[in-house]
Amino acid sequence: MKYKTKEKLISVGLLSPTIIGLGIFVYGFIWRTIRISTIDWNNITNMLRGIENFVGLDNFRNIFTSTRFITGLWNNIFFLIFFIIGSLTIGITLSVFLNDKPKGHFIFQNIYLFPMAISFVVTGTVWRWIFAPGTEDFPRGINLLLTNIGLENLRWGWFTSTEGIGLFNFALIAVIVAAIWQFSGYTMAMWLAGLRGIPEQLIEAARIDGASKWQIFSKILFPMQKAITLSAVILLAHIALKAFDLVYVMTGSGPRNVTDIPAVFMFETTFRSNRYSDGAAIALVLLVLVGVLIIPYLVHSFREDS
Amino acid sequence: MNEYGSKKYIIYLIMVLAAAFFLIPLYVMLATSFKPFAEASMQTMWNLPSYISFDGILEAYARLFPQLRNSIILVVPATLISAILGSINGYILSEWQFKGSDTIFALILFGMFIPYQSILVPLVRFLQSIGLYGSLQGLIFVHIIYGLPITTLMFRNYYSDVPSALTEAAQVDGAGILKTYRHIFLPISIPAFVVVFIWQYTNIWNEFLFAVTLTSQPSQQPITVALNNLAGSQVVQWNVQMSGALLTALPTLIVYIIFGRYFIKGMLSGSVKG
Repeated sequence: MKYKTKEKLISVGLLSPTIIGLGIFVYGFIWRTIRISTIDWNNITNMLRGIENFVGLDNFRNIFTSTRFITGLWNNIFFLIFFIIGSLTIGITLSVFLNDKPKGHFIFQNIYLFPMAISFVVTGTVWRWIFAPGTEDFPRGINLLLTNIGLENLRWGWFTSTEGIGLFNFALIAVIVAAIWQFSGYTMAMWLAGLRGIPEQLIEAARIDGASKWQIFSKILFPMQKAITLSAVILLAHIALKAFDLVYVMTGSGPRNVTDIPAVFMFETTFRSNRYSDGAAIALVLLVLVGVLIIPYLVHSFREDS
Repeated sequence: MNEYGSKKYIIYLIMVLAAAFFLIPLYVMLATSFKPFAEASMQTMWNLPSYISFDGILEAYARLFPQLRNSIILVVPATLISAILGSINGYILSEWQFKGSDTIFALILFGMFIPYQSILVPLVRFLQSIGLYGSLQGLIFVHIIYGLPITTLMFRNYYSDVPSALTEAAQVDGAGILKTYRHIFLPISIPAFVVVFIWQYTNIWNEFLFAVTLTSQPSQQPITVALNNLAGSQVVQWNVQMSGALLTALPTLIVYIIFGRYFIKGMLSGSVKG
């Protein structure tokens, strides 16, 4: 394309509100947060007076020696793993079924996908209600259902339970179910879009050669959808790290922090305890974790593009 | 479906069970919302209401009306402005690429993945310094800024499918950047605008972190914050809480039901296709 200096100037000029805006509000503010994480804004006075005493890595030492932060980090890792496994399993299974266009597939697809249109705040409010354990005499939610069908023995504390295996807290199960409920439709839609692009003849040929449904899936569909599956994993992982709304609304940090995650810890440290520098340190750990996932992903998408 | 044979029924069974899983929260929300006060207890939470009562809905509506209105005031300008800016950005980044424009695009995109916790304290300080902290205007501004990466991405992907012959023909006719945008790209952008509008509308309506940190007065809070306060209260009746959840969910749910196709398009374009 022919390109004149004038046109280049207009192009940059039109982009400049965005470049300047995001330059300040994303990169400038991240830089500022890095700065805050190295000073002693762990009380409101220092922050309001703008006293910026450099303390090096003290704030990072604070959070990495905090049991709550470490518990939250492990919770987030388990949450991330089971959330991804659950969303992928359900999403991929449903997309393969729907791709054959069974009767009523359109209605089914809409039912599987509608949670994506709803706020995490609504999801959290409703699922908290469903999982609320109640008491021994007055069971609530699922425990009430279990009682009604004579399975009292299966009642347990759900998200208030402090039991677990090793570092995995069982209380997380309730939050994971709610998150899967919300996001498996996302994986399903991504896979379905990919499946629609696979030529019909390819599947037909395999079928004529006597391949079973499972063989078609594992030998043809899954390998062809590798890139889409990887995208889904990365996007879901980054959502899990940022799942502040769901956890905050549904359970909060829970007894002994059984359902805490760093995003919630950061919010409470910063805005409830006024420990801005500790909060900044937590936020930066989150940013690094998200960056490790997203930066290679973005670089890769661009390489493919050009 | 013939090739499945008897497995057909198993597949249907799985699909129906999955549908039940997705519908359970909806059932609980609807059944409880329409119960009269007397029936809205924990012991009857799985039962259908014995008759349809609007007590809960009316009470929730009365309590949440100011924030419902705030959310509308928030969503309309934030959606419109972030879409328009995104359209211009996407047009430049797809049709008028210059050296370094791909890098700029990548840097813009990164902004939609960051955990917003990492910019929150400087953002609060900044809004305080310009007097917009705690106000709806401040929240609108924030949603425009942080909405730019996704709207830019959506429009760029849309415009890159436009044949380049179109831009070249316009150039031959002597049309510059702005004219080409106004006369060629803007008129064919309506489908993209619909997708972006629906996506931004849904996301901004549903957003919680900015809403809860940047507004403190109930008179300035959007509906998601109000719902969290309502549902966190011990003294509010269950049918009112679930009605509140319903009122929060309905505006995006209705749009999803009507424009589902566009919503899915928006959702998929968020996954940075090449």
